[in-house]
Parts: sequence; structure tokens; C-alpha cells
Amino acid sequence: MKIRSFSVVGGMLLLTVCSKGNQSSAAPAAPAAPPPAAPAAPAANSAAGGTITGKIKFTGTAPRNKPIDMSEESACKAKYKTPPTEETVVAGAANALANVFVYVKTGVPAGQTFTAPTTAVVLDQDGCRYHPHVLGIMVGQPLEILNTDPLLHNIKAIAKANRPFNVSQPSAGMKTTRTFTAPEVMVNLECNVHSWMHAYAGVRPDPFFAVSKDDGSFTISGLPPGTYTIEAWHEKFGTQTATVTIAGTESKTANITFAAR
Amino acid sequence: MRWWLPDAGSTFAGPIDALFLAILIITGIALVVVEVGLVTFVIKYRARPGRKAFYTHGSTRAEVIWTAIPAVTMVALGLISNHYWVLIKDKKSIPPNAYHLGVHAKQFEWQVTYPGPDEKLGTSDDFTVRNQLHVIVNQPTAVELTAEDVIHSFFVPEWRLKQDAVPGMHIMAWFQPTKTGEYEIGCAELCGMGHYKMRARVFVHTPEDYKAWIAQQAAGGTE
Amino acid sequence: MTAPAHHEPMSFWRKYIFSTDHKIIGIQFLFVSLFFLLLGGLLAMQIRWQLGFPGKPLPGGGILPESMVSGGVILPEYYIQLVTMHGTFMVFFAIMPLLVGVYANFLIPLKLGGHDMAFPRINMWSFWLALLAGMIMLSGFFVPDGAPRAGWTMYAPLSARPDLSGATISQKLWSISIVILSLSSVMGSVNYITTVINHRAPGMTWFRMPLSVWALFITAILAVLALPVLQGAAILLLFDQTIGTHFFDPGAGGQALLWQHLFWFFGHPEVYILILPAMGMVSDIIANGSRKPIFGYHSMVFAIIGIAFLGWLVWGHHMFMSGMNPTLGSTFMVSTLLIAVPSAIKVFNWMGTMWRGNLRFHVPMLNAIGFVSMFTIGGLSGIFMAATPVDIPLHDTQFIVAHLHYVLFGGSLFALFAAIPYWFPKMFGRMMSERIGKVHFVLTFIFYNMTFFPMHIIGMGGQMRRIYDPTIYDFLKPQQPLNVFISYSAFALFAVQFLFAFNFLWSLKFGKKAPQNPWEDNGLEWSLPNPAPHGNWAPKTPNVYRGPYEFSSPEAGNKDFLPQTLKLPTDRDPVPVPLPAGGH
Repeated sequence: MKIRSFSVVGGMLLLTVCSKGNQSSAAPAAPAAPPPAAPAAPAANSAAGGTITGKIKFTGTAPRNKPIDMSEESACKAKYKTPPTEETVVAGAANALANVFVYVKTGVPAGQTFTAPTTAVVLDQDGCRYHPHVLGIMVGQPLEILNTDPLLHNIKAIAKANRPFNVSQPSAGMKTTRTFTAPEVMVNLECNVHSWMHAYAGVRPDPFFAVSKDDGSFTISGLPPGTYTIEAWHEKFGTQTATVTIAGTESKTANITFAAR
Repeated sequence: MRWWLPDAGSTFAGPIDALFLAILIITGIALVVVEVGLVTFVIKYRARPGRKAFYTHGSTRAEVIWTAIPAVTMVALGLISNHYWVLIKDKKSIPPNAYHLGVHAKQFEWQVTYPGPDEKLGTSDDFTVRNQLHVIVNQPTAVELTAEDVIHSFFVPEWRLKQDAVPGMHIMAWFQPTKTGEYEIGCAELCGMGHYKMRARVFVHTPEDYKAWIAQQAAGGTE
Repeated sequence: MTAPAHHEPMSFWRKYIFSTDHKIIGIQFLFVSLFFLLLGGLLAMQIRWQLGFPGKPLPGGGILPESMVSGGVILPEYYIQLVTMHGTFMVFFAIMPLLVGVYANFLIPLKLGGHDMAFPRINMWSFWLALLAGMIMLSGFFVPDGAPRAGWTMYAPLSARPDLSGATISQKLWSISIVILSLSSVMGSVNYITTVINHRAPGMTWFRMPLSVWALFITAILAVLALPVLQGAAILLLFDQTIGTHFFDPGAGGQALLWQHLFWFFGHPEVYILILPAMGMVSDIIANGSRKPIFGYHSMVFAIIGIAFLGWLVWGHHMFMSGMNPTLGSTFMVSTLLIAVPSAIKVFNWMGTMWRGNLRFHVPMLNAIGFVSMFTIGGLSGIFMAATPVDIPLHDTQFIVAHLHYVLFGGSLFALFAAIPYWFPKMFGRMMSERIGKVHFVLTFIFYNMTFFPMHIIGMGGQMRRIYDPTIYDFLKPQQPLNVFISYSAFALFAVQFLFAFNFLWSLKFGKKAPQNPWEDNGLEWSLPNPAPHGNWAPKTPNVYRGPYEFSSPEAGNKDFLPQTLKLPTDRDPVPVPLPAGGH
């Protein structure tokens, strides 16, 4: 009787311990720090080094972004003069594509490690939208999530390589900090109270990434000499790759074109 | 400060509130009998020197009386209650002329689907609005409740209407609003950290106003 | 405490920690359960803070981590952990073990003339498993992502999907804790049932057993049948979260409602487990306080059996709004309305006991009368929900919260406030202070009603359960002053309990030394010294000559009580009963 009850209990404990899911705990929130301007990419580890720049655009017609009905969240609706739309495809002049996450997929010498900056990447919930919509962050770098709206948002991180999290911020001024422990392209962030709210985080072990601006331009700098494959990720148009070889400290151009769909 | 049930806003409120009042009276009488009895006994039969308790093991007659009266009362209550229960919850009770809407509950929003100008659900002119329920006064309305993720519960206090929305199930709930105005939906089943924020507004329109609203929605406008 | 001759002297550990003595095990349950009762109360204080003052920083909230409290303000995900764990700790680790783990263990052998339980070692294991389960449940607050938060009722799919609830590790710990607790409960019940059937002293016929023992016996039968259902449900839930089954996942062929049927099939008998022992002990105490036999003893026994039997047939009344077939709703309504009848019978019989009595208002009697008064309100409020159409506006509102607290606090906890001082002398050889006890009773009664009666009103107004901030709803804003009133009353109610805690702890060491039969009661336990010695009457067994409620009997002469074991000249000795094999 004793042995049997132990084995039942022991079996239960084994199930818990061995079940799928990252067991490492998310870092607790750091004490409040003044929010810096959100950098698109952290400072490169060496001021010297090559640069990859480019412009991202798409062919075809931009699909219409769905309008967001904020009528049941008046505090957010009041922040807009024109009705807000979702940010699935943010197109600039001449079909420039913004919010594309560009990163170095291969080519960084194996075994080379990079220290993550201590300055946080800030994700702000303002007007019931995430700012920025797409961000890049290094493994171990703090992500500071801020609520500027005077109402409840929850931030749910859906991740495979990293530990998912789901935290709430019921009032304005609340701040929560999280860090990612593994590279992942992309971690999905969403709010369940406002189902139109989506953000995407590209988590990288090195500082060689960027998010394209409204004019479609991006810059990745500080690269040591080598041949690199860069990948551009867009939430609707998928991924595109390009190969670039850097010899010294020159700047190479790699333009990327997506096909609209 | 509210001391009573919310103002009646549907055809269910009359019978439900009447039944509530009847139960309140019955239980109120029972409560007074017990509490006054206890207080009386506490005062009247407190120990005093020279008193002795009355030695008895009970009374079969008393047992029969205080078993029969509650039993008969409960049976009567059950019969009356069941009549209205069937009227409210039975699928066959849904009026054939009911106006159909879809209500999809998810963490943490209500997505209401309207049949559009053709007044038929499931056609291409259907549209969905977040957290707003628009209905027509005096029009029997049936909502098909579905849930995306976990159990939620569709609750409009003034209509005395409550029905769980369960993942994997399509549950019909019907009602007939009797007053125009603005109300609220609250979620009445714990569904996660945003449970308290699952609030939607309810608009009970005159038929003309409702037609106008539908036309405006079909043209792509948000209110 | 003298050990019987055939026992070698025991070490401190064997005597007080790893003891197989039913009385020590009962006392162990008492201390651990009182701790969980305090913990449950602390969680309730935080709940009332948030409901009364939504969004205001919690006093002392700074000691809690950022995951629970942000800038001192309780977070929504912590709030639902609070309501979940308040219910969980109170039901499984406070009230149930206080009523059953303490008093079934302590009283059954003493009131039946036995030396110990039928299976003393299994009894000891029952305590240690319950303690282990409690520790595992408590650990939920300390693991990453925090405690379970799907309500003490743990409805699936929310409880089966950590990605939707946020409770990753602790939800699995909940299942493990419940599996262990169920085992503990079944082990205890097997002991109680066997002891009552087989270990009654000569002359202790079924209908001479005190109602406390009857109630504990029937409760044990409920537990041995109901807890395994909960255990099974917890295992299915654990499997859904760990090994990829889909019992509760409709997307893969499972059913969300399956959880509710399993849980409430356990859950309804569980609430009778939580009230029947209280009713039984209250019967003993009211008869004693009234100096009169219990009115309608046989009816009281049949009412206990009736409540227990009908209790298996009513579980669907928790599911009237669930989407199950409305015809089932009709059948469950009938059974639920009927179960009001045996409860009513009991209330009238308690009043009949007091009628024409010679009432002594000792602290146990005051709390027992309080029980009758409060349980009546709780039982009557249940009738509103039993009538299915009226359940529609009331289900999952504060009206239900009021109802359940009237029966669990106004009922079970007041019964414990009666039972604990009543049997304190038998446990510890000292009396609790009557004066402090009377002040505690009066203040608790007042603040209790100030806290929970208004909840009926805000429930009628539509305030849903488990919501973090009522003020976001226009229809609830007008009622917020009542929420504030309730919160202040709750804080006062909690503060007053320190009187009880002080009384209990202080009296352990400094209470007046107890005479052998301080309440002039008839039960067998009062024929033993205080505290009761190891082995009880061993090696002898007392003879029983009459029922337990012969107060003010003409045969008692100038005394108004007549112990069960007192042999009068007109009494004949009962037929000796052979000692069970392996007993002391």
C-alpha cells in the first residue's frame, strides 16, 4: 500500500517535471527606469566594421489594412483624429515596405558571443496599439513594456524557443520588464482585450538586425568581414533572403523586394 | 444605490421577478418563524434557579407537520418554476419569427455577427461588430452562442438573461426586449485575467433606428 | 498521560509527531487546518480590498512580488489567484479537515467507547498525506507564473490550458495535490466507517450513538464515494496538460462540460461533507445547552441519511446555465428543492430541543444557536437558485457568494467555534476562556452579518463573481458603496478572529484546568480524565446503558444529566462484545 501510493505520487511528480515547456523562469520585473527612446538596433559591438543597407519594397497593390473599431474603448478612440487601421502592411511612397525585420541569418562566425545592452527596448501600448509594431531585441536584453492607456491591456507572448508569458497592466503608467533567453524569429505579442493589437519581436543573439522604416530603408552595421545571408521577415508577405559579402569597413547595398499577397 | 433587481427590460423579467418575490415571501416567512422563535426561546427558556427542562424525545405529529408543509411548498414551487424554465431555455420555445444573431465569445471580447440588410445569417452581407449588441425593441431575438477558447457566459441583467458560451457547442438563447435604451453585457463565467473587462454595450432600438444602423454598418461605417 | 501496561515508553517523535493515536492525529489536523484557515482569511482580506477599493494600492502590498502587485496595486491575474486559492484552501485544507480530520478522528473512538480507530497506521498516513497535499498546494504561489487561477471549481478548458490561464506549473501541482488529498480522505473515511460499524462498546447500539457520530459516519460514506471522482477528474486534467490527452478539449473530440459533471458530482456531496459533521456536533451541543434530549432523534438520523442520499442527485444545479440539456435542469431542480426538506426538519428539531429547555448559554451553545440562525439563512437563500428561472439572474453573482458563505461560515465555521471550545478540555485538559469566547461570538455574529448579508443585494443587482473591478460597469457603479461597506465589515470580522486565536493559543498553556465533565454532558468521552489518555479506556471497555441525550431525565434524580455509561440500579449489563483482532 505504501509502495503503491509512493509510485503513484512519484509518477505524478515525474509527469510534471518532464512535461513539455521551458522550465526556466522569466526574469522578474526590474525596478522602474526612465524609458529611453526605442532603438531599432543596439549599438554595435565595434564602431568599425562593414554595413549592409538597403531598401525594401513590394510589387503589386498594397492590400487595404482593416479599419479598427475602437468605439467600445473610448479612451483609445479619443487619441485618433482619423480612424485607425491595422498595421498589417505599412506601405510608404513607391511601394516602400515598413516594419520588415531584417537580420543576419548565417555568416556570423560560430562561437562568437555578444553581450546584450542593458538599455531596454521599450514597447509602449498607446491608443490601444503597440509602438513599435515590429521590434528587434537581443537575447538577454530587457524588454520594457509600458502602458500609456488608462485601461486594461494584457501582453501575451507566444513563443516556441522562449518561455511564453501573459501579464496584465490594468492602468496607465504600469511597467513590466521581460527578457528572452533564446533566439527566436518571431515572438508574437498580442493583447486579448483588444484583438487587433499585435506586435512582433525578433530575438537575436547578436546585434546584427534592423527594422525597416517608413521609407523601406534599413541599416545593419558593425559587421566583421565575411559572407552573410540576411533574411527579411514580413508578417504578411513572408520571408526573402539575400547574400552579401563584406570585405572591410565598406557599406554594401542589398535591396529586397516582396511580392504582395 | 441599488437595493433590488435591475429594472425589467425583457418579457422574462415579469415572471422571473414574480417568482423571485414569491420565494422571498415564502422564505421570509420561514426566516421570521425561525429567527423570532430562536430569540423567543433564548429569552423565555433561559436557565433560572429552580427551573427544569421539559423531558421529551419529540413529537411524531410535529415531525409530520414540518415535513409535509415544506415538501408541499417545494413541489408547488417546482411545478411553477418548470413552466417558465421550459419557456425560457427550451429550444422549441424560441419563437419562429425570432431575429437571429451570432455571438462569439473569446478572451476577452464579444464578437456579434449581424445578418445584414438581407436579414439572413450566414450570407455574404453579414458583418461582425466588437462588443456591441444591437437589437430591436419588442422583437424576439435569438443568439447563437459560441466560444473561441474557454467557457464564457452571456449575461444581460435587465433582461434576466444568462447563458454560458462553451467551446465546441452552439447554444441558442432567446429574449424579447421591452424597453429601448442602452444596457451592458457582463461575462458571468471566469475566463481568465481579462474576465472583468469583457464588457459590451447593448443598444435596444426602434425598428426604424435599427434599420438605419444596419444600413450604416453595411456601408462600412463604424459608429 | 499514562501509557497502558503493554506499551513500551515511546519517544517524543513517536508519541506526538508520528503518532497513531487518533486523538493526537486529530490535534495535528487541528493545528495545520487552523493555519490554512488563517491563510484563507488573509487571501480574503486582499480580495475585499480590491473589491472595495479597486485599483488602490494594497496596504503592505509592497512585500508582494511584481508578478502579483504592481506599484502596490493588485493585478488582475493575482486577483483571480486570490479568489481561486481562497476557495481552495478554505474548502479542502481548512473546513473539511477541521470538521472531519479533527473531529471524526478525535470523537469517534471516544464517543463509541473504543481504544482507537480500526486502522491506526492508515490513520496516521491520512494526516501526513493531507499535510503533503497542503504543502504542494501552497507551493503554487511560489512557482514561476504563480498560483492556479481558474476558480476553486477549476473549470476546463481554462484550467486545462496554461496558455490561456497563465498558470503553467501550479495548475499541475493542483492536480497532484488533489490526488494526494483524495487518497488521504479515503484512508480516513475507511477508518471512520469501519470503526463505527465494528468498534462500538457493549450497549452502544446504532440508535444510541450521538448525532455527531452519525453525521461523521454518513459523511465518511460520502467522502469515500465522492473524493475518488474528484481524484479521477484531477488526473484527467493533469493528463490533458502533460501527456497530450484531450479529455476537455472540444477541438480534439473532448468535452468542456465533462469537467463540470465530474467536478460537481464530487462537489455537491462535498458540500454536505462540509455541513453534516457541523450539524451533528451542533446537535450534541444544543441538547447539552438546553438540558433536554434532542427533539426527534430518529428524524434527525433519517434527515442526515436523506440529505446524504439526495446529495448525490443534485449536482446539476451548479450547471443550470452551463448549456446542458434544459430537461436535465428540470430534474435537478426537483431534487434540489426536495433536499431543502430534510434540512428544514433539522432546523425545526433544533428549535424543538431548545423549546421548554433550561438553556445554558456557554460559548459552545451560543455558537451553536448562531449556527442554526445562520444556516437557516444560507439554506433559504439556496431556494432562490434551486428555482431554475430565478437562477438565471442569480447564477455566478455575489448572491451565490452570500449563500455559500452563509452555509460554510455562518454554518460550518460557527459550528467549529462551538466544537473547538467544547472539546478543548478533552484534548488539552484546560478550558478556553468563556469571557473572551462570548465577546468573540457577539462581535463575530455582528460583523459576519454586516459582511455577508449585503452580498445578497449586490448579487441581485447583478454583480458577477470573480470580477476584479465592478466599477467598470455602469449598472454596478451605484452599488459600489455597498462593496465598500462589506469590505470594512470584513476587515473588522477578520480582526475579531484574533480574539479566538489568542483564546485558543493562550488557553493551551494558561487556560483554567478543566474538571472531568465541565459541560455536565452524557457522552462517553466525559467518563475519561482530561486530557484523554492514550488508549482511552484500555484495557477495559465501558458499558453503555442508554442513549446520549438523557438530560433532565426523571431517572437522573437531582441532576439534569445522565451519562451513557452510568449504571443505575435498574440497568442490566449489555452483552460483552469481543475485542476486534489486532486492537489495543
